Amino acid sequence: MLNTTMRMEDEELIVILEGRLDALSSQNLEKELEAHFEGIKGITIDCAALEYISSAGLRTILAAEQYLEENGLEDVKVINANSTIKDIFEETGFIDLVNFVK
Amino acid sequence: MGSSGRDRLDIEARVDNLDEVTDFVSDVISCLKYSENELAQIRIITEELFVNIASYAYSGPGGMASIAASVDEKENSVELTFVDSGIKYNPIFAKEPDITLPLRQRKKGGLGIFFVKKKVDELSYCYRNGNNILTLRKIFRGA
Repeated sequence: MLNTTMRMEDEELIVILEGRLDALSSQNLEKELEAHFEGIKGITIDCAALEYISSAGLRTILAAEQYLEENGLEDVKVINANSTIKDIFEETGFIDLVNFVK
Repeated sequence: MGSSGRDRLDIEARVDNLDEVTDFVSDVISCLKYSENELAQIRIITEELFVNIASYAYSGPGGMASIAASVDEKENSVELTFVDSGIKYNPIFAKEPDITLPLRQRKKGGLGIFFVKKKVDELSYCYRNGNNILTLRKIFRGA
């Protein structure tokens, strides 16, 4: 189960995730993200309430990262992740692909 | 239940059934001692292997997967066996993603099994009677 809240701060898309980002929930998230891409200058993913993320969730973040890169924008920022989430980012090397704010 | 319990779930291999599968595994291991990290890991491992079957094993709908789970309370470990009768496929020999490559060159696939291999103590595969049989064992150390 995943709850997402999206809002714009200046031209930054803030995405607040709550629950679990898995194979099921990542499909919806990817669509929701794409619907908000127009005109943004950056994406921040707030993981304070995120319990875990699987490789499907990482792929969704990868898709967002690729969009930003293609448009000459800065890396996706991942903030407020707990140690479980951080462990997954580290194990998969994803911690180097995004702007992981410790 | 004694020192070891065994249970099994037979379920249609569809991504929609993911929650039921991970809940099943979480229930089986509930008598063991593990950290938050380890619980997340076993759920991710279960997800990766089940979604793999749901996405690729069968060419049409209706394919089944069976997950057998047993715990060893003395060793504080769980053994999971995933069985499907789909296309013959050994995920252990799947190409690992090169995590040192820059973004553009990275393939999206392969992350799941990469994570699984890193986080289990034993992993084995065999193909018997038209079934893919993948067995793993994870010892929980509370870390």
